[in-house]
Amino acid sequence: MIRVQNEDFDIGAEIEKVRAGRTDIGAIVSFTGTVRDTAKGAPISEMTLEHYPGMTEKELERIDKKANSRWPLQASLVIHRYGPMKPGENIVLVVTASAHRQAAFEAAEFLMDYLKTNAPFWKKEEGPRGGDWVDARESDDEATKRWQKPAKAAE
Amino acid sequence: MKLLYFAWIRERTGHAEEDIEVPAGVETVADLIGWLKTRGEEFEHAFENDTVVRAAIDRTHVPLTAPLKDAREIAFFPPVTGG
Repeated sequence: MIRVQNEDFDIGAEIEKVRAGRTDIGAIVSFTGTVRDTAKGAPISEMTLEHYPGMTEKELERIDKKANSRWPLQASLVIHRYGPMKPGENIVLVVTASAHRQAAFEAAEFLMDYLKTNAPFWKKEEGPRGGDWVDARESDDEATKRWQKPAKAAE
Repeated sequence: MKLLYFAWIRERTGHAEEDIEVPAGVETVADLIGWLKTRGEEFEHAFENDTVVRAAIDRTHVPLTAPLKDAREIAFFPPVTGG
């Protein structure tokens, strides 16, 4: 399941919802991305996430489906926020549940790696010198690429 | 055709979205960028380095070489930085 929202989320409550009433889950992994208070050594007072309504949901659905077809997941959840946020606030939550831990760990990492390079979000950080759009990182592209080779071999 | 601009491309063009008539001869996303750049300094500035421009046709990522064909909505944006 995916959700794109402006408001904050409660990590504990979201995990509880994923596992509620289920006894077939043996492993739950969660990842939370939060707003850092510095960028390139300068303090950040606020961060704004812009996104492409419509495409964001479409991309996240696609990535979520991909993870579910690749690992035996009992459940998966991706929540991503947009709009202005302060340092320390939640940005993104990924929860994966499986019978065993390996699938849950791998699927959570896969979801985050694909989200980072495919979901249409853009971060703008407000610092002492005004607003600055965050540059994409090559290391994120590399992180996504490493899932592509074994995927092709397995298909 | 509807055009959408995001992040610093939106800021540089001064538009979040607009409706345009695609001129004859504009067949690919790259052609469209070439034409947009003729529309004024702000567009020239926004698209001055197309190695940092990404595009989507009807909400799906496409390379700049993609044909426009029957596209209804084209979006231009920098490499994504969510997560």
